[in-house]
Amino acid sequence: PCHLQDPASISHLVMCYLAGVAWFMGLAFEPFTLRTYMSENAMGSTMVEERFPAGERALATGREFAAHKKKVGGMPVDWLVKTMQSRGLEVFTQSFTRKLPFPDENKERYMVRGTNVYGILRAPRAPRTEALVLSAPCSEGNNNNQAVGLLLGLAQYFRSQIHWAKDIIFLVNEHDLIGMQAWLEGYHHTNTTGGDWSPLQGRGGSIQAALSLELSSDVITSLDLVLEGLNGQLPNLDLANLFYAFCQKIGVLCTIQGKLQRNDWDTTSGYSHAAQTMMLMVLKQASGRPWGDHGLFLRYHIEAASIRGINSFRQYKTDTTTIGRLLEGMYRKLNNLLERLHQSYFFYLMPSLSRFVSIGYYMPAFGLLAVILLLRALDLWVQLGASPPGTEDGVAGGVQVSYGPSSPGVLSILTPVVISHMTGVALYTLPILSQEMAVQHFPVSETEAVVLTAIAIYTAGLALPHNTHRLLQGEGTEEGWRVLKLVALLYLAVLLGCTALINFSLGFILALSLVPIAAFITPHTPKALSAAIMVLLSPGCTLLYCVFVFQELQETPVSLQDGWMLFLSVISQGILDHALYGSLVYPLLALLIYPCWLLLWNILFWK
Amino acid sequence: MVPNLTNYLFLSEIMQAKAGQFFSSGHTNNWAVLVCTSRFWFNYRHVANTLSVYRSVKRLGIPDSHIVLMLADDMACNHRNPKPATVFSHKNMELNVYGDDVEVDYRGYEVTVENFLRVLTGRLPPSTPRSKRLLSDDHSNILIYLTGTHTQMECGYNELLFIIDTCQGASMYERFYSPNLMALASSQVGEDSLSHQPDLAIGVHLMDRYTFYLLEFLEDIHPASTANMNDLFKVCPKSQCVSTPGHRTDLFLRDSGNVLITDFFGSVRKVEITMETINLTAPMVHLAVERPVSELKTESQSYVDQLPVAEIIHQKPKQRDWHPPDGFILGLWTLILLVFFKTYGAKHLKHIF
Repeated sequence: PCHLQDPASISHLVMCYLAGVAWFMGLAFEPFTLRTYMSENAMGSTMVEERFPAGERALATGREFAAHKKKVGGMPVDWLVKTMQSRGLEVFTQSFTRKLPFPDENKERYMVRGTNVYGILRAPRAPRTEALVLSAPCSEGNNNNQAVGLLLGLAQYFRSQIHWAKDIIFLVNEHDLIGMQAWLEGYHHTNTTGGDWSPLQGRGGSIQAALSLELSSDVITSLDLVLEGLNGQLPNLDLANLFYAFCQKIGVLCTIQGKLQRNDWDTTSGYSHAAQTMMLMVLKQASGRPWGDHGLFLRYHIEAASIRGINSFRQYKTDTTTIGRLLEGMYRKLNNLLERLHQSYFFYLMPSLSRFVSIGYYMPAFGLLAVILLLRALDLWVQLGASPPGTEDGVAGGVQVSYGPSSPGVLSILTPVVISHMTGVALYTLPILSQEMAVQHFPVSETEAVVLTAIAIYTAGLALPHNTHRLLQGEGTEEGWRVLKLVALLYLAVLLGCTALINFSLGFILALSLVPIAAFITPHTPKALSAAIMVLLSPGCTLLYCVFVFQELQETPVSLQDGWMLFLSVISQGILDHALYGSLVYPLLALLIYPCWLLLWNILFWK
Repeated sequence: MVPNLTNYLFLSEIMQAKAGQFFSSGHTNNWAVLVCTSRFWFNYRHVANTLSVYRSVKRLGIPDSHIVLMLADDMACNHRNPKPATVFSHKNMELNVYGDDVEVDYRGYEVTVENFLRVLTGRLPPSTPRSKRLLSDDHSNILIYLTGTHTQMECGYNELLFIIDTCQGASMYERFYSPNLMALASSQVGEDSLSHQPDLAIGVHLMDRYTFYLLEFLEDIHPASTANMNDLFKVCPKSQCVSTPGHRTDLFLRDSGNVLITDFFGSVRKVEITMETINLTAPMVHLAVERPVSELKTESQSYVDQLPVAEIIHQKPKQRDWHPPDGFILGLWTLILLVFFKTYGAKHLKHIF
């Protein structure tokens, strides 16, 4: 029976693919984007008079904080408690401990023990039903001292105002994300990641919005907004709009992804600038890790963003008083909220701070890629229906799909599926479980052991097809691989579809690399070439390319050697994120995407 | 209000003519119904609008017992108010329109379309206190001021002045059919009424444009003023208001040039003191055109079907979500079924059903 691939349909599929990629790249073109606007009526315009006066005093407090931090060699809990109490807040502390599954080489920690300190400014006349959070991390060395100073300065200023309708919680968290996770879990009485923390003594009602402040210099040249949170979740666009509106009003330079907005969208360089900004956002969202302390709030449906002060080589500097005024304005507007931010978009991409692309505009790009899988699946279904089974069953005629009443048929399909998924489970569990054994036998550190075990299992999967066929009795049939491919295509389509709904960037990037191989791999394509392409487009290599592209876009290109080391650290960070905060990227890749890719690899080597 | 008719003595025919002229306006008392229908802190300006009109109307003479004030939300005691117990209508906080002698008759969730209509038609439960009733009669001039969101009316009245300061205000008065009614609106259909006074300290807009200029105009009115309605129509032209204010006088029997502002905004008692006795020989003839009072009731019945009040009140909000057309879903299911039956064959139908 003829099953040559129809040349016409190949060109259709290629057109679909190119259309999808072109649509995606076209999203950054300014006429196709919309200007951002404030959707929430209650927040209205930026019509508020900011009067925060005490920037210098905030800096002095920051210096005091730095001195005490150095003296104590960690978080100066007593000093913070005393300072917050003197400003009229209700102060509480929370201690937490956490043992990481293996040492984190980026941040050099393994057994983490810390304390969060937070003070609650009670609303003078309102019931304690709602709260806003302002947080600053307590980092090592000379980082973020000014942030804590400004936080304390704002606390003192806010205390003297009577127009607060929500409680304001000023939080200083230790060990950045780990501390924040402990605080949030304590606040919401959940424990999803198995940390150990003391319960919170004081609470402030349901949190409506949160801002995390990172400020490491006395003067800044621009403010960077960080939106991407855990699992690629984004805060409501109104929060970004609010920030942008105030930046415009006060006259502070604002950036997103560290890139300044440009006006020349009709030139090539202008377009590429917007495309780079959007690609950075896509890559950051796809990684599924929280890119600021705010990233963990989003899971609790609290709109949060991080504001980072950047001091680069520009002439015009902004002082702390102005930053304080900007934050004051934002908090006054958030104070006017009557319900959680929900009027604007939750799913969007931003090629620049004043332009956005909503889900309705970017989803067709993914749809065009997914349709290739569905068309291929339909094609296979028709082929399976048309060609008579005639071989094993001996049943004549009839339009029947032999979903195999004959045992070799079923077994030859089920076996690859089961084995692929078991390999996926091995990839998910073994690296962490076997790190001790690996450390004993090989001269590597625990982190390296984990990462290298993962890569080893990944590569070992490549040898599977040759081995499983030795186990099976009967030979695989023509029909067998078709059915397996049909299953694999549908499985991949559902998987990528669900991923794209939750985290569009991750779904799109995986689709870009997996859809071509899923569509065109058959046992009859030239083996060596197809094998090479499959390996080059496998999820692991996609991750490698993404690392290089990300470094390029950040304007810090790396050499191959450094890129490889970065790749290894990305894998370890992914595993840690999953263990510490519940990021879903590593389980998705190990348990679902990798087995799917293995199924396709099996089809390639089908005998 | 007891008409002052009986207190007058006429000297001569001139005095009789004067007396005739005296009663040229057929009203003897004034009522005001001031309504603000919008809630929440960001609608501060609507409450400020209404309270400003309340202040003007009180200043020009209408007492609290003749004012029905309906405010849908409490701005003065809102947690977000930086100056509690005050509501300002001008920036720099010159004028606190809340004060300590404001009497709000309907507050918060009592301000509904149903209650507004009940006040206007008088169909209130017997236990309703007098302060919540519109006890107008055939000789009352009523001022109705609406701001906030949309609502829509009949009761005993002499003449009615309707002022609407909302978006697309003209759409409201286009539906009126009651006689002797004059209406002003701050914007036409398809236009929005705009806010005017941003105050940075409080953080909200304090007034709407139309009411701001209206009140500026009213500041110049004193109880003896002879300004008439034509001047009122000129308030806030498009250059100041951005929206186009409109008015409707075709239902009104008198010429608007003859109607004094104080006929509606003030409760002006005409007092003329004379030391001479005037003999009233002939019954006083009202120079005003006869009002078809008795016809009112029958006319209203014939209009009942024309105005679908129930529909207007219970209008469903426009559907915003887009759903795929039903044909599309039907087509999709047909496609799925077709593929299914092609693959399995029709003979399997009997296994399914």
